Amino acid sequence: MKGEFLFFMQFVMTGLSMGSIYALVALGFVLIYKSTSILNLAQGEFLMVGAYFCLSLTIDFGLNFFASFAITLVFSVVLGLLVERLVLRPLIGEPIISVIMVTLGLTYVLRGFVIMVWGNDIRQFNVFPQEPIDLWGVKLTYLYVWSMGISFFLLSVFVLFFKYARTGIFMRAVADHQTAAQSMGISVKRVFATSWCIAAVVSSIGGILVGNIAGVGVDLGYVGLKVLPAVIFGGLDSILGAIIGGLVVGVLEFLSAGYLDPYIPAINEVFPFIVLVLVLMIKPYGLFGTEEIERV
Amino acid sequence: MPSGLFHEKYETDERVFQTAFVKVWLFVFLAGCALFPFVASKYMISIMTEVGIAVIACHGLNLLTGFTGQISLGHAAFMGVGAYTCSILISTAGVPFVLALPAAGAMAALVGMVFGIPSLRLRGLYLAIATIAAQFIIEFVIRRWDGLTGGVEGMYVDPATLGPLHFNHPIHLYYLTFVLAVAATLAAKNIIRARSGRAFVAIRDRYLAAEVIGVNLFKYRLMSFAVSSFLAGIAGALMAQYLEVITHESFTIHQSIDYLAMCIIGGLGHLLGGIFGVAFWFILERMLEWLTTTLNSAFPDHITWFVSIREIVFGVTIIWFLIFEPDGLAARWRTIRAYWKLWPFSY
Repeated sequence: MKGEFLFFMQFVMTGLSMGSIYALVALGFVLIYKSTSILNLAQGEFLMVGAYFCLSLTIDFGLNFFASFAITLVFSVVLGLLVERLVLRPLIGEPIISVIMVTLGLTYVLRGFVIMVWGNDIRQFNVFPQEPIDLWGVKLTYLYVWSMGISFFLLSVFVLFFKYARTGIFMRAVADHQTAAQSMGISVKRVFATSWCIAAVVSSIGGILVGNIAGVGVDLGYVGLKVLPAVIFGGLDSILGAIIGGLVVGVLEFLSAGYLDPYIPAINEVFPFIVLVLVLMIKPYGLFGTEEIERV
Repeated sequence: MPSGLFHEKYETDERVFQTAFVKVWLFVFLAGCALFPFVASKYMISIMTEVGIAVIACHGLNLLTGFTGQISLGHAAFMGVGAYTCSILISTAGVPFVLALPAAGAMAALVGMVFGIPSLRLRGLYLAIATIAAQFIIEFVIRRWDGLTGGVEGMYVDPATLGPLHFNHPIHLYYLTFVLAVAATLAAKNIIRARSGRAFVAIRDRYLAAEVIGVNLFKYRLMSFAVSSFLAGIAGALMAQYLEVITHESFTIHQSIDYLAMCIIGGLGHLLGGIFGVAFWFILERMLEWLTTTLNSAFPDHITWFVSIREIVFGVTIIWFLIFEPDGLAARWRTIRAYWKLWPFSY
């Protein structure tokens, strides 16, 4: 590969690896929305908490990176359960604004705790080697390759989980029709709790990966909002949509950085949101989302 | 002694002031506000100016979110549009403040309407997401359009003058904000009483039914966005005068969330909600400020702890209100008033 095409592929590959992380976090969004109809705007803060937790285990306590990774996952399961039980369960059936606002309130609390425990400096992991790998001319750091690998692995695990595992089928049933699922003997409460756990786990993983790439700081919270375009692009309640949306938004972000930057500097910061507005105007329910149809 | 409030005619139910008692106390309150600068310290005056600005912004948001049911997470961005419009008009084009202030409102209303267009097709969550996008796009424009807005460094705001008033003087700015806040409250009250307000509420409660009884959804949703952003623009223009230096950091999504939180704490869909929410928020903020400075001097090693206390307390307050007092302080106020009105013979 050479010249113009190589330039293009470089951005596509980087975008794909970033996009695979977005897809992972978007999966968390979609899971929670699908089963509980809650849009979790605190997703970004879950990322942040997970990243900080893992970072402090690795650096402050000197644990092996993979050991602290595993401990972080256990921690995020507990976090997801706590949040679901204490904050979200009392609000089941309340208007959308309350539910949105409560997750925003949660962002304050989580951010406050993070600053209290870890301060607000940006810190680096420095776990992965810096030198890039050469893939037919496209240069990617180990970090990006690992991120892509981990994300794609997890995404396929989840796809299989929803297709074959008992709990996965329960979750799909609840998402499809809550009362019907309940009358079949599925515990809706347990499904809600499971969705929050899975969402917390995938966001922690996403947080650790993004934290490795960009450093761990309070700004990680914004990644949660950056994933919104991906979620909307794919459709709020479609798992496949979340994966495709994440990848597309990641690629678009890096392509806009590559090609539009000379005209409008730093356009990549906002390009996903411009795409979001366009998608909302043209096809509001995204690629695979269920259209809400109301009849009088 | 009344045993209740009885309306025999429709006009009495629609009156701005329900009873003479309310009217009297309102005028006492307004007189108190007008005399306030003569007794208060400079610090208190500047706080009250901030409160007045927040009241104007919250009325706007309350009309949109509380009365029309269109969730907006981009209110601070529209304030930013107003702030920059007014400041640029004054310093670059030399437009007098009398014209620049309404122009700021109009510009914000225009931008608000552009981002309100998707509201024809979107509701609830999707609209909330669209307004988040609006917030980020506007913030980006402010941050990156260096030639116009001064970019990341922000811009100095030339103090405006209006007749004998010079707004680099805190007391003059206080009076301007006070008058505009009262005007905004009156305007909001009258919008709510009129056909448009009833249309807003109908759209919020059941938009299909509203359409069936002849409410033009598109028109009233856009109108709601326009009025809301207009008030945001005015509040932003005042904010620019108050801050003297404006950057994109004054109008981030955090401020948008704060305004929404104030409206929720005060009570969405109650006119008083905007005022109560702002009052509660500022009192809480001052108390926390006092607490953190005291604790900081006592335990200087743990400064980051006390910074984070603010975030945690605000977050817990929001969650607490949503779970235990979802109708906000305005509803609580109403029950307390009803209780005392009939005391001691309540049933």
